[in-house]
Amino acid sequence: MDAVTHDEKSVDQIFHALSDATRRDILTRVIRHEQSVSELAVRYAMSFAAVQKHVAVLERAALVVKERRGKQQIVHGELSTVHSAAQLLGQYEQLWIARTQRIGDILTEHE
Amino acid sequence: MTVVSTQKDVDALTLTLVAEFDAGIEAVWQVWEDPRLLERWWGPPTWPATFAEHDFTAGGDARYYMTGPDGEKAHGWWRIIAIDAPRRLEFDDGFADQSGEPDASMEPMRMVVTLEPTTTGTRMTTVTNFVNADQLQKVLEMGMEEGMRSAMGQIDALLAESTS
Repeated sequence: MDAVTHDEKSVDQIFHALSDATRRDILTRVIRHEQSVSELAVRYAMSFAAVQKHVAVLERAALVVKERRGKQQIVHGELSTVHSAAQLLGQYEQLWIARTQRIGDILTEHE
Repeated sequence: MTVVSTQKDVDALTLTLVAEFDAGIEAVWQVWEDPRLLERWWGPPTWPATFAEHDFTAGGDARYYMTGPDGEKAHGWWRIIAIDAPRRLEFDDGFADQSGEPDASMEPMRMVVTLEPTTTGTRMTTVTNFVNADQLQKVLEMGMEEGMRSAMGQIDALLAESTS
């Protein structure tokens, strides 16, 4: 069985994306109001390319959407991802992993 | 115990979990069949389950409730659809009202449990199929104490920050 499905990967991507302080900061900013990658880049002590890379990670996790307007790349937040069914299934998965661990404990005790 | 794999199908709202136990198939079946064992693992430690009825036969019903940290009770029920001891169990798991009667306005979740002997013990596959995301949300209200809490806390903090 293929353990890593596309959807499981997306949940992993969301948590990976949120694991970095700069990315959380970028996400918070673009949720407040959309802005261009260049506008974002001036706020951080890192290269334009580095900021662009962070945006790409957020984009892959579907936490932000990037669209081209003329010469600018506008980034805005995608809050629905945070509340998506994938998230809920991720939590339900944890619930079942915990249940399975409790079953394992009961079985060990009965040996 | 090892969780071998989990698979989430968001479109079909299905979760499949495969686990392996170093125990015989009969022992694993017992944790489903014996209500006293079942109630030791069905609910999270903060929402322990009590199975008041457990008719573990085809067409049989179970009635249970989970008791929350403030003493509140969440009632649920099972209807056994098919049973083939000790290999396969198919049942509906639904919500019930405060008197324990099935809530007709909420469709149940369908669960299929399959046990297979392995060279070292037993492989258990559970498949849960939800009808809609609301149902999933409601189940999680009783399981939120576990698991994703820290990760979700991170998201909550982010959302709080973004709306402040």
